[in-house]
Amino acid sequence: MFNYSEEHAAYLRAIRKQKFWIHFFRIFLLLFFLIFWEISANFGWLNPFLYSSPSRIFITLFSLDSSLFHHIGITLYEVLLSFLASSFLSIVCASFLWRFPFLAKVLDPFFTIFNSLPKVALGPLIIIWIGANLSSICFMAFLISFFTTTITIYQQFSSVPSSYLLLMQSMKAKKYQIFWNVIFPSSLDSILTALKINAAMCFIGVIMGEFLVSKKGIGYLIQYGSQVFRLDLVISGILLLGILSYLFYLLIDFIQHFIHKKRGN
Amino acid sequence: MKPILSVQHLKKIYHTPKEEIVALDDISFTVEEGEFLSIVGPSGCGKSTILSLLCGILKPTSGLIQYAPSIHIAYMLQEDSLLPFRTVLENCLLGLKITHQLSFTNIQYVRSLLKNYGLEDFIHHYPHQLSGGMRQRCALIRTLALKPDILLLDEATSALDYQSRLIISDDIYNILKKEGKTAIMVTHDIGEAISMSDKVLVLSKRPSKVQTLYTISFPEKETPMKNRQKEEFQVYYNQIWRDLDVQL
Repeated sequence: MFNYSEEHAAYLRAIRKQKFWIHFFRIFLLLFFLIFWEISANFGWLNPFLYSSPSRIFITLFSLDSSLFHHIGITLYEVLLSFLASSFLSIVCASFLWRFPFLAKVLDPFFTIFNSLPKVALGPLIIIWIGANLSSICFMAFLISFFTTTITIYQQFSSVPSSYLLLMQSMKAKKYQIFWNVIFPSSLDSILTALKINAAMCFIGVIMGEFLVSKKGIGYLIQYGSQVFRLDLVISGILLLGILSYLFYLLIDFIQHFIHKKRGN
Repeated sequence: MKPILSVQHLKKIYHTPKEEIVALDDISFTVEEGEFLSIVGPSGCGKSTILSLLCGILKPTSGLIQYAPSIHIAYMLQEDSLLPFRTVLENCLLGLKITHQLSFTNIQYVRSLLKNYGLEDFIHHYPHQLSGGMRQRCALIRTLALKPDILLLDEATSALDYQSRLIISDDIYNILKKEGKTAIMVTHDIGEAISMSDKVLVLSKRPSKVQTLYTISFPEKETPMKNRQKEEFQVYYNQIWRDLDVQL
């Protein structure tokens, strides 16, 4: 359909080639690590009881059969719930702070205090107040992510160039029109970046919560594994977490790419 | 002719916790329909403040601003402020959207402006894909979309390189004359003011007052670019330069 010059075709080939090698080396690195790990365990360079091995992890995960998906499901459910709640409320709260600068000034020190407070210290209180159940795990994750995300998004809202605001004022735009036409769309990209961090925080919060109270979930598997000294189980859990959080990140990244594309970048 | 806008004894004081700044002391002038008025003055003398007062973003400390009945004003800012996440067409329609006037005829009007002023092939492009001059034209069309009777132009060309400025000055001048608009332009460029305007208002330094009001008349009406080459241009230039120089 297009007629490219020889040089352009070569340029496109070079890009494709680079893409190929990036994927190649990613897979190579992963396989190399797994194989080296397996060999080390088999030859006794690493104690498989302490350091496990890919095959032992595979067997461990397989032996959990359907309960494995149950544990994954519970953890994902908790992460999703706390992620959605804290993302939504952060955006709403940041919008209010932008709309009412007086409120933002009043609340500023409190946000700073809650943001820097190690939320895990609230763990015992949360368990007593809410109970040792799923809600307290989600609440924990929510607390960990909410304040940082709100502050990040609010800062983004406030840093929209003032020339845009002046333009909107010159058109006699109302506050809500300024928000929906300029502030929010200008900040959308940064909001998604903040949500990527938010997702990671929610994973931290959920696992922390599961360590404290749970009888289900990946955090529970890890905790239980360490108590009965089945390190295969602990390492399997960690591996699962890595995979899950990466998939979650990819999902948000995909949305971000979609927006970039739509905006002609 | 009855003036479309008259400004009397305008005064504006800015307050900060540390001090108060008298930006405008006593500004009076009138503008008639179809006229092009430029305001020049030393930097920091409150030129842009006048425009913000005229379009109602700021309230004057004292003084009167009177428009003829049912007059629409639009403001074109120094930076083009095109929203990066909206296409050229969407940017030009922004004002209509904000003022709830997105009717079919209005959209057609904007499309025809884009077509007439050489942006037809770019209506679905994003601002970062345009050149500086095209962005400025796009900003002008966004301003014209609201069908204003008076346009306020704040250093509309100062973000551009010299060559583009001369060309865009011609463009703006032609577009405004063709559409029959009244315009008030703030600029620090004396040449730009003389070549484009019917009247030039020279302000003193802060707290500013009206220094002199020049009525610019060339033997025959031509485009700004051609006006710059005339003898009278140099005469006006020297006079205004002297006015400003006294203050420096």
